[in-house]
Amino acid sequence: MAIMDKHQKLERHSLLLTVGILVVVAIGGLVEIAPLFYLENTIEKVQGMRPYTPLELKGRNIYIREGCYTCHSQMVRPLRDEVERYGHYSLAAESMYDHPFQWGSKRTGPDLARVGGKYSDEWHLDHLKDPKSVVPDSIMPPYAFLAKKKLKYDDIEDHLKTLRLAGVPYTDDMIANAKADLVAQASPNADFDAEDALVARYTEASGREGTVKISDFDHNPKAVTEMDALIAYLQMTGTLVDFSTYEANDLSNRR
Amino acid sequence: MNTRADISRGAGPGFSIGTVSALTGLVALGVLIIAGNAADPMMAAHAWTFFFLTVLGLLITGLWAGSLNGRNPFDPAIYEDTIVKFGVAASMFWGIAGFLVGVIIALQLTFPNIFYFPDLGWTNFGRLRPLHTSAVIFAFGGNVLIATSFYVVQRTCRTRLAGGMWPWFVFWGYNLFIVVAGTGYLLGVTQSKEYAEPEWYADLWLTIVWVAYLLVFLGTLWKRKEPHIYVANWFYLSFIVTIAMLHIVNNLAIPVSLTGSKSYQLFAGVQDALTQWWYGHNAVGFFLTTGFLAIMYYFIPKQVNRPVYSYRLSIVHFWSLIFIYIWAGPHHLHYTALPQWAQTLGMVFSVMLWMPSWGGMINGVMTLSGAWDKLRTDPIVRMMIVALAFYGMSTFEGPLMSVRAVNALSHYTEWGIAHVHSGSMGWVGFISFGALYCVTPWLWKRKALYSKALVEWHFWLATLGILFYIVAMYVAGITEGLMWRAYNEFGFLEYAFIETVKAKHIMYMIRVAGGLLYLTGALLMAYNLVRTALGHGEAGEATAADAPKTATPALQPAE
Repeated sequence: MAIMDKHQKLERHSLLLTVGILVVVAIGGLVEIAPLFYLENTIEKVQGMRPYTPLELKGRNIYIREGCYTCHSQMVRPLRDEVERYGHYSLAAESMYDHPFQWGSKRTGPDLARVGGKYSDEWHLDHLKDPKSVVPDSIMPPYAFLAKKKLKYDDIEDHLKTLRLAGVPYTDDMIANAKADLVAQASPNADFDAEDALVARYTEASGREGTVKISDFDHNPKAVTEMDALIAYLQMTGTLVDFSTYEANDLSNRR
Repeated sequence: MNTRADISRGAGPGFSIGTVSALTGLVALGVLIIAGNAADPMMAAHAWTFFFLTVLGLLITGLWAGSLNGRNPFDPAIYEDTIVKFGVAASMFWGIAGFLVGVIIALQLTFPNIFYFPDLGWTNFGRLRPLHTSAVIFAFGGNVLIATSFYVVQRTCRTRLAGGMWPWFVFWGYNLFIVVAGTGYLLGVTQSKEYAEPEWYADLWLTIVWVAYLLVFLGTLWKRKEPHIYVANWFYLSFIVTIAMLHIVNNLAIPVSLTGSKSYQLFAGVQDALTQWWYGHNAVGFFLTTGFLAIMYYFIPKQVNRPVYSYRLSIVHFWSLIFIYIWAGPHHLHYTALPQWAQTLGMVFSVMLWMPSWGGMINGVMTLSGAWDKLRTDPIVRMMIVALAFYGMSTFEGPLMSVRAVNALSHYTEWGIAHVHSGSMGWVGFISFGALYCVTPWLWKRKALYSKALVEWHFWLATLGILFYIVAMYVAGITEGLMWRAYNEFGFLEYAFIETVKAKHIMYMIRVAGGLLYLTGALLMAYNLVRTALGHGEAGEATAADAPKTATPALQPAE
């Protein structure tokens, strides 16, 4: 066959072969990934999304560090049983500030996309310290050490700045007050002005009341621990978007 | 061709030793600065690890170069086989380590009460699972690929590896990456992108190593004494080139500080998700498939002493495989927030992928034409053919699972775990074991393996182990998938999530048994290979028939 004879050329020129391979393997990714950056309907128009507060961000980094994604997804699929078990199916908009995404690929444990607000802080504290104390048949490992580790946050401004570089709309105000905001969210009734300032900053970004939860998440008022951060993060997952104003059937939201 | 070879020879052996040492020295200096200013203890640990290992490397290189006494260590008339021997040893070591961690994490899920350490975060499943996946894919698989590619490219080009010292930089540099990645997971250093967990500095280091790998491979092709590039080398080349592309794009990240371990991904949410699974699926496609198909295209014809079944089929399936594979990533994101047009593209291409995959399987299996008796008489050949059978099964199952309706059930469940293990233990594991069994007597110039009976034992233990493993996980996966979506007569969900966890307990136990069998087989293999290298038993006296010392192979394997 003539075309097979032409292949001889590639077999005799390693650079031609290399370039040929590179061109052939580049096409699929270009066609599938590149449009996601400019097609406007890739991410739905929603109300309520805001960047993570410094404490939530730190908690999210602990979630990543401990490899929670190896057993827990954060992506509710639009299937009847999942919507009933976990809540409204996940939107692309809900992870628009997630660097990296945490959709996961395996559910050895349940989906956590909407675990925020489902359980009390105390439940999370008990569960993370000793999962079997609240779910006797659980096979989850214990995370008691988080409650003993003081949260390290001296470079929190740099984290916010880095994320702003990647496109997360942190304001100068949020960056300048990152440390104060972090402490305020885990220390209720300590400094009311700081708490008000934190709530005001992130409520303005969200455009929606009630998205910032202030609590002594680990019941240890003496220190801001890694446990504080992780529970603060878990308690906000999936709570930002205002689904009462979300038009699932609007053309711009159909994908 | 000759002029190129002359140029590379003209540079002299000292040149490559000098350039490798200069680069290593620069890295050592750089990491010393980072070590002194480390922003977090993880970065400090890694910078010091880097520093001590690079300095150790420089020291050993210096001592070795000093003891040469004018001898050319890169004699172009002799194949570079020492590095392949190191690669065989590294493959065995990492393979056993990776299988062992796999058994441990399987035990953790089965008997969580025993493996319960509230104050030892590094022992938890979340940190050990990336250690397992990286150890088996990148440490075991990667070392097998580097070692065999260095062996094969020399034989099929009838020339010594290019670059003098640079192949050694690739080998040690790659293994340094493995050490940094693995210790990082235990310390909690991860960017959480599956199979791309190492942080930005390890990624940068791997990029340097990988570019060196590509240049060594291409350099060897450039000075080949054969007009044609053998088919195995197309596959190796596509593996090296594509992994470079995937690695760089998927790891685009901004470090918080140049002296800290943490970085943030450049892309977010849905774009990050598709980039990740474009990478993740093609790590399977180009690391675990085309790389190991290259092994198949050299070692099966060589071991059965037959030409490759069809030259035309190899051309057609090569180009269609690498073109179609790249599109299949979105099938990992069915029913997610990824736009549906992308999901559909991923599904359609995944189904199409079935054909080129089976093209490769057919080309490998049919190479036995006229030598089918070897299936009975040669357990190494049997191992490699069973590898192709598992390859065929996985690449049929993959397209099936990529269909949205099937995926709705299989996704997030143990079915996925069964699927990847039939591919990894069956295909990647067995073709690697076959190649290692072939290449060890060739490298150490032994008449045969130390014990053929032990290969039989390995074959049957491992086959049984895989079957235990995958059958248990199929049952567990389909069980939990059906339980998650089960409704009772009142229209409520029938089961709480924890009930679906409990239902899998016995299947988890069977999986542990399967993993233990597989690990036992690998231990037998390591023992067998060590005794072979030492020349014990049937390995007996030396022979030069299968592995000539000079660059004139006795057998031209294909075409």
